[in-house]
Amino acid sequence: MIQVVSHFPVLIVVISLLSSITIFLAGWINKKTSWWISAGTILGQFIASFFILYRVLTQGPIVYRLGGWVPPWGIEYVMDALNAYILVVLLLLSLACVIYSKRNIEHELPQKAVSFYTIYQLLITGLCGITVTGDIFNMYVFVEITALSAYALIASRGKIALKASFTYLVLGSIGACFFLLGIGFLYAITGSLNMKDLSVLLPAFYHNRMVIAGFVFILVGLSIKMALFPLHTWLPDAHAFAPSEISAMLSGIIIEVSTYALIRVSFSVFTLQFLQLFPIFDILCWIAAIAIIMGSVLAITQVNLKRMLAYSSVANMGYIILALGLSISAKTSPWGGLNPALMHILNHALMKGCLFLVAGAFIYKADLWNIADFRGLGRKMPFTCAAFVVAAVSMIGVPPTVGFASKLYIILASIEAKKFFFVGVMLLSSLLNLVYFWRVIETLYMKRAETGDHSHGSHIPREEVPLGMLLPILVLASLCIIMGILWLAKVPTPILDRVNILFGLVKTP
Amino acid sequence: MTETVESLRPVLALACPLSAAILILLSSMRPNLRESWTVIASLAQFAIVVSMVPIVLAGQKVECILLQDMLLHVNFGFKVDAFGLLFAITSSFLWILVSIYSIGYMRALKEHAQTRYYFCFALAIFGAIGVAFSANLVTLYVFYEILTVSTYPLVAHEESEEALFAGRKYLAYLLTSGVLLLAAIVFNYSLAGTTDFSPGGIQGLTSVSQGVLSILFVLFVLGFMKAAYIPFHSWLPTAMVAPTPVSALLHAVAVVKAGVFGIVRIVCFVFGVDLMRDLHLGVWLASFAGVTMIGASLFAIAQDNLKKRLAYSTISQLSYIIFGVALLSPMGIQGSMIHILFHGCMKITLFLCAGSILVASGKKNISELGGIGRVMPITMLAFAVGALGMCGFPPTVGLISKWYLGLGTVENGSFVFLAVLMVSSLLDVVYFFPILYVAFFGNSGTSRSDLQGRRIKEAPLSMVIPLSMTALLSVLLAFPNPLTEMVLRLARIALNP
Repeated sequence: MIQVVSHFPVLIVVISLLSSITIFLAGWINKKTSWWISAGTILGQFIASFFILYRVLTQGPIVYRLGGWVPPWGIEYVMDALNAYILVVLLLLSLACVIYSKRNIEHELPQKAVSFYTIYQLLITGLCGITVTGDIFNMYVFVEITALSAYALIASRGKIALKASFTYLVLGSIGACFFLLGIGFLYAITGSLNMKDLSVLLPAFYHNRMVIAGFVFILVGLSIKMALFPLHTWLPDAHAFAPSEISAMLSGIIIEVSTYALIRVSFSVFTLQFLQLFPIFDILCWIAAIAIIMGSVLAITQVNLKRMLAYSSVANMGYIILALGLSISAKTSPWGGLNPALMHILNHALMKGCLFLVAGAFIYKADLWNIADFRGLGRKMPFTCAAFVVAAVSMIGVPPTVGFASKLYIILASIEAKKFFFVGVMLLSSLLNLVYFWRVIETLYMKRAETGDHSHGSHIPREEVPLGMLLPILVLASLCIIMGILWLAKVPTPILDRVNILFGLVKTP
Repeated sequence: MTETVESLRPVLALACPLSAAILILLSSMRPNLRESWTVIASLAQFAIVVSMVPIVLAGQKVECILLQDMLLHVNFGFKVDAFGLLFAITSSFLWILVSIYSIGYMRALKEHAQTRYYFCFALAIFGAIGVAFSANLVTLYVFYEILTVSTYPLVAHEESEEALFAGRKYLAYLLTSGVLLLAAIVFNYSLAGTTDFSPGGIQGLTSVSQGVLSILFVLFVLGFMKAAYIPFHSWLPTAMVAPTPVSALLHAVAVVKAGVFGIVRIVCFVFGVDLMRDLHLGVWLASFAGVTMIGASLFAIAQDNLKKRLAYSTISQLSYIIFGVALLSPMGIQGSMIHILFHGCMKITLFLCAGSILVASGKKNISELGGIGRVMPITMLAFAVGALGMCGFPPTVGLISKWYLGLGTVENGSFVFLAVLMVSSLLDVVYFFPILYVAFFGNSGTSRSDLQGRRIKEAPLSMVIPLSMTALLSVLLAFPNPLTEMVLRLARIALNP
């Protein structure tokens, strides 16, 4: 069994790719098979990711050489605590979204189901690929696979979604170009594309202008991909007009995986020494602070729920980047190093995944997009709205939810880093979150439907979404609380501590 | 010297309202079952809370750690000391009465969304008791925020524009202050390395510079905005649009007292009396509280809406508690601690009376109450007891707490503060006696019938009994008996463990 697990990193990618082709072929014969194949594959991948995580935690990293080629020439897949963790997070949300999509796609895109699942599976392939690979050029390839399938999925509703997708296509391609250019620079200097190899070869060239330029190119390229504040312009439309499960994936996973890529490049290709040579991460902190404030302020001005959530994602990417920026200065165990950043990657996936799926449920049930139209939904769709409240309260950061855990850890990290300004930013942002989320909650529960009768206590018929859509929403919402308590109880922290030890980010006692 | 007893009792006490909340949701279709959960849970909780009294009276503390080392050197857990127990007794005892009262009130007015109401009410009590039992600031913060959020649906219950506005205002004030509180806690943690409450203050703070500590203290006081001090008080009168039982238990006892409780914790158990004195913060806090005591009383005089007048009276009385603590003298602090219980009993009586007047006659304003004492004698008698208590007249508990507070000012040696106390008491008379006068001796021309022209009679028994009980208690506790003895001993133990 243990031997099999060492093949899982490659199997997760290959099976996913094959499954994508199978969905396409089987879809010719019977359209109904596509969901089953896709959901089955993702479930399998999800279970496999747990095996990988367990194996990595008990026996150390897994290194898999593709075709048996020796590293600097061949591609290798490396699983350590960092990407094993990210893999679990990403497949968790992918699974929730695919379960949700069954009824939603039947409703929204009945003719395009086969192509939807084919591309969805391709998207998962790309995301898994970015996560598992230990080769920087290979990572670029998977970034492109992810992006291309995302463009198609965003455009799948047609009409205005085409424009949203095109904006993303243009900006995403520019981002990918920058990323590739950066990789090219590094290759020109060192002649290697393997991350581990690069991390050995690069230190001699840390003051070389080309290496610095390479890093900056990669940073800017990935910043576009992860919608870091001034480069976020593609994101709101893409999130708003994509099918809701794709919005959830975009916001909860796709931009997070780009952050993972940045973390990987910063710490595995470059090293802590390089990051301490230049104030790169300090600058990132300030950009993130602007992202947090601006994202929240822009969210307040929105009338469309999904656009509002999209701007909230911009703010939340700011949280993750702020936490990343602080990671090299805060070194004390529970909040030091990458802990808050990695923690918020999971937390944001749970919260925003849940919120977008709820937004999709409103669209599914009543074709409601604007916040002002949600009057009285709290009574019509009690479970969906309760899930929304849990996730929204979590975004505001009320204990004991996941949002609180993130907020607390980022604040403690900024205090340890002696950057008190960011404490203020975090606190202010939770107030801004309150403003835009509470508006929705108030409309859901406290305002009566105008057409409905006004008599007190009258029984309003329930119009819940089907169980297949409700289940992922409720699971994500309850995870918002359960994980919040687990974070505070420090149950998953050993995994993150592994990452910090790997990158030399915590004080060793 | 004091030892701690490991026990699950604090957790059990908290489990009562939490499980009640879940059961209420599950039995939303069966009103009788739903309400019985509330009553059962409140009784069970009170029994558990009371079972801790002998332990605490013996000079021990009940401790229960849920998460060891949640942050570095911070546990998530409970430690019940005499002061926390005093607050818990107040909230849990009054919860029993108010939950019985709620049944009568909500049914008589045929209120909507009753499941949500009972659910949120139970959650709010969960938050309040959690605040009382918390062993450190981080735990306290968690419950403090739960309390804030869970009371929002209660404030906005009516769902009218006015109620929605009140709800928004409520959240805007209290969650902003919650953010400041978090800042203060984290700040405190980074300075002292711990947030555990300890009698006499946290040691690590004494070495910090004076300016930093003053800023920290201001942050803490702003953080506990639930104490509704001027100029951050206006959320409380606005929140009076909530159903009366909510105003009674939450906005006279649980929520606002959680704020005051927090300030007392900060003064006595985080900064410590000595440090407060060295920093001269006591004088500032006392002056600040004095302004609220007098200012809120002046505001109260101008109110015609009965609940709003009571709300301003609450604001003024809450500052008595802050004032007593800020005197930094043993008597003053004891006075504050017992005033948490005593004011709870009296103010809840007044609110419950206001609610039963509303149910029986539909009247909300004082000017409409002419002669109502003659048609609702029990209610108005209870109201009179509460009002006398507020003014500090014998034979009510109001006298005892004022006596202690007065002694506190003398111990402190500042007669200006004694004068403030006296002026404020005088103002209490000015705004309470007109109500009594109107009710008992006023012109009863139209007041014998309600707005629909029906003859007014006493409210349902489930409302009259709780309010008579609290009124009775307000008198009973004023006389030497084992109960009063217990309360005073708890306050003494809290001060000198």
